[in-house]
Amino acid sequence: MTSLDTQGDPILLEMRSITKEFPGVKALSNVSLRVMAGEIHAICGENGAGKSTLMKVLSGVYGYGSYTGDIVYQAETQQFKDIRASEAAGIVIIHQELALIPELSIMENIFLGNEPTKWGVIDWTEARKRSLELLARVGLREDPDTPIKEIGVGKQQLVEIAKALNKSVRLLILDEPTAALNESDSQHLLDLILGLKGKGITSIIISHKLNEIEQIADEITIIRDGKSIETLNVKRDGVDEDRIIKGMVGRTLESRFPDHEPKIGEVFFEVKDWTVGHPQISDRLICKGSNFFVRRGEIVGFAGLMGAGRTELARSLFGHSYGRFIKGQVYKDGKQVHLRSVKQAIDAGLGYVTEDRKSLGLNLLDDIKTTTVSAALNKISNYSVVDTRKEFSVAEEYRKSLRTKTPSVEEGVAKLSGGNQQKVVLAKWMFTDPDLLILDEPTRGIDVGAKYEIYGIIQRLANQGKGVIVISSELPELLGLSDRIYTIFEGAITGVLDKNEASQESLMKLMTSARKSA
Amino acid sequence: MNALKKLFGGNTRQFGMIFALVALIVFFQIFTGGRTLTPGNVINLFNGNSYILILAIGMVLVIIAGHIDLSVGSVAAFVGVSVALAMRDWGLPWWAGVLFGLLLGAVIGAWQGLWTAYVGIPAFIVTLAGMLLFRGFNQFVGKSNTIPVSKEFQFIGSGYLPEIGPNTGFNNLTLLIGIVAAALVVIMSLRTRAANKALGADVPELWVEVTKLVLICGAILYATYLFATGRPGTSFPIPGLILAVLVLIYGFIADKTVLGRHVYAVGGNRHAAELSGVQSKKVNFLVMMNMSILAGLAGMIFVARSTASGPFDGVGWELDAIAAVFIGGAAVTGGVGTVIGSIVGGLVMAVLNNGLQLLGVGADLTQIIKGLVLLAAVAFDVYNKSQGKRSITGMLIKGFQRNNNEIKPDETTSTKEVISKEA
Repeated sequence: MTSLDTQGDPILLEMRSITKEFPGVKALSNVSLRVMAGEIHAICGENGAGKSTLMKVLSGVYGYGSYTGDIVYQAETQQFKDIRASEAAGIVIIHQELALIPELSIMENIFLGNEPTKWGVIDWTEARKRSLELLARVGLREDPDTPIKEIGVGKQQLVEIAKALNKSVRLLILDEPTAALNESDSQHLLDLILGLKGKGITSIIISHKLNEIEQIADEITIIRDGKSIETLNVKRDGVDEDRIIKGMVGRTLESRFPDHEPKIGEVFFEVKDWTVGHPQISDRLICKGSNFFVRRGEIVGFAGLMGAGRTELARSLFGHSYGRFIKGQVYKDGKQVHLRSVKQAIDAGLGYVTEDRKSLGLNLLDDIKTTTVSAALNKISNYSVVDTRKEFSVAEEYRKSLRTKTPSVEEGVAKLSGGNQQKVVLAKWMFTDPDLLILDEPTRGIDVGAKYEIYGIIQRLANQGKGVIVISSELPELLGLSDRIYTIFEGAITGVLDKNEASQESLMKLMTSARKSA
Repeated sequence: MNALKKLFGGNTRQFGMIFALVALIVFFQIFTGGRTLTPGNVINLFNGNSYILILAIGMVLVIIAGHIDLSVGSVAAFVGVSVALAMRDWGLPWWAGVLFGLLLGAVIGAWQGLWTAYVGIPAFIVTLAGMLLFRGFNQFVGKSNTIPVSKEFQFIGSGYLPEIGPNTGFNNLTLLIGIVAAALVVIMSLRTRAANKALGADVPELWVEVTKLVLICGAILYATYLFATGRPGTSFPIPGLILAVLVLIYGFIADKTVLGRHVYAVGGNRHAAELSGVQSKKVNFLVMMNMSILAGLAGMIFVARSTASGPFDGVGWELDAIAAVFIGGAAVTGGVGTVIGSIVGGLVMAVLNNGLQLLGVGADLTQIIKGLVLLAAVAFDVYNKSQGKRSITGMLIKGFQRNNNEIKPDETTSTKEVISKEA
């Protein structure tokens, strides 16, 4: 039995007022989603809007009871307690990071956890027969015995879909399926999704690539700040990219920033033709000939969607600490500098605050004072003997000036809140006295109050004549903070906008499309 | 109880390991009828374990950096036999033999460091290979024979501080070192206290400080008394002196130097360290190289003590050293551990060995007990961590570094002293 909506299309899935809270954060609040049988339904929203959380609720990653609201699937209210339960009902999710085991063959991966058996022994003849059928369905011409690590990401994505088909999927959820793919692989994948639609498989697709969504989606639900904003019918409503962007960003800038009068000086830092290859994949570029400059006292924003190559650009500049350097020059104060190691970069006056505080920014075993001085030990040591008294007073100074909330600088950094950890990391780099400080997602995972303080610190640094680069996924943050904003799309800088000409719409447009202006 | 907490730095668990050591000593002192804390036994204990404790000093750095070294026993044996041969066949004097041994250790260490740090092979594999390689070399160059060493060379393994000055009924030199050490501890701790106060850092209450100092000095002087009143001709042993100097040097390096900081940083979070400008390959290389130098030294001391080098020297030492480090609070995942902690861990094993021997317990049962102790000590740590608390020994060690900077291992490090110092 299938319920019908007013227009007569059968509804496959309806999520009603889903609310999901994490300690201290409401990730989803009253989100509703209705998916018709046999359509391709896109979910759009900024990073952190709640798209992935919603899909995790649907697929049982966050099981029944951990959220409120109803999931009605195939006209029945479902209570998926885990991912197995949703898979049994024909809902399969393909995550952004592929869940394939590189050392195993295509066939072994397709049947992993779902092996055809005869008397308790894997029936490889049957497995081979079925995997050949499945590979034909997804249009992948590879020997099923080929190890996964020997095929490219595009083909791996197809194997994931074959694996889903093997589970007799009715509703396929794809989280950023083309994020890691090149153009032709993407196109092949999109065609496949359209083909599956013809065979009655419904898809939900999450993507930042709005042109693709425009191309294949029937309906689009827009989520913003954990709320479902609207659902657009692509044909009926005549949806285009601009319309989607408006829905995604349509929020007003609140005064979340301290007042700041920029004192901008000369250009002192310039990067030319910066080209870097992917660390593992030999023919892929993560930075495609980027050119940009920073002036003294200037806060420069870098806008781009997740995976656009912002972090990769920053880290490759910071002592070639990511990717394979191919070519490019860096000029500081008119002179070319070489930044082949992190140490050289620090000595040249660069600082880099990572987006991944816990795994790249901090040694969680350390205390505050040790962390504060860890990038500039030479400043507090004589003949390489650390002066622990100086260490203490330096840490104490930064604790006071940044107003880090901690009982003592001898407290372990692991015990601090995100905002205070970030202040310690900022102190660490401020103590190296850099001329150019690169801040990668400086307010990620930090509450509003602490954000305001961190913005204040950034502005103070700029007022001291330092250049500051801020990489952020939050456009309002970039707009509120930056004097100038570069946009990055797929490893290339696609534009630069001054503070007064930048808006969320104009940025989003440059962030989601190939080079229009340089 | 509150007084105890204050005395031991805010958390009674901090002194778990020290407490275990004290308890062990008291236990054996009672059940052996007073034979544990006699001059002869304490001197013996030091002579018989100094080379393992020296290995533990190097091993803790290796483990803090996130590696392991299985080859130390074989390296020690190879260096031992090479030095014995060099002195016999090339006629090297004893001091040149020692230099040659340290140099050979450095070369071996550079070999292992190269593979570990620059080629990127896990240290477990590199040193497993080294374990086989250098055991083979030991038996190859020594032709599986026993090679005796000269009397002068034997001094570094079985010598004592000489008798000088007037006859006081004590060994004067030992007495002097003990008194100077106690005085230094008092002066340095009061100076640090004053400096910390000036900085506005937290300082313990005065009575806590005083009680602590009284306990420490009492322990130092008691140990001095034990060492100074041994059988005529014995006093503070030379291997103990070498160990004490090494503990001072390496404790200082680990705690106070840029290199030491870098070792902890690489072990704690290699990526974060690299992004802070730490050259992690260099750090790993140095740590591995240092281990082999110390293994060479330990091998020489052992050969000197047993008057000859043999084909089965150093078998199983790596396990004793690793056990000492883990009992002493280091983490398998790296980033955590201290030199002093490892010495305490080594002493726990040594006292256990010695006490069980005095009680006449067989080698079979001794091994069983030691195995259980290792397991229990680490399980205790893991349990505490899973409860969201810092590891006991971690706390102990942190507490030691932070609050007790003034307390330094000194020239007359002995079982008893280390205990009270740690406390």
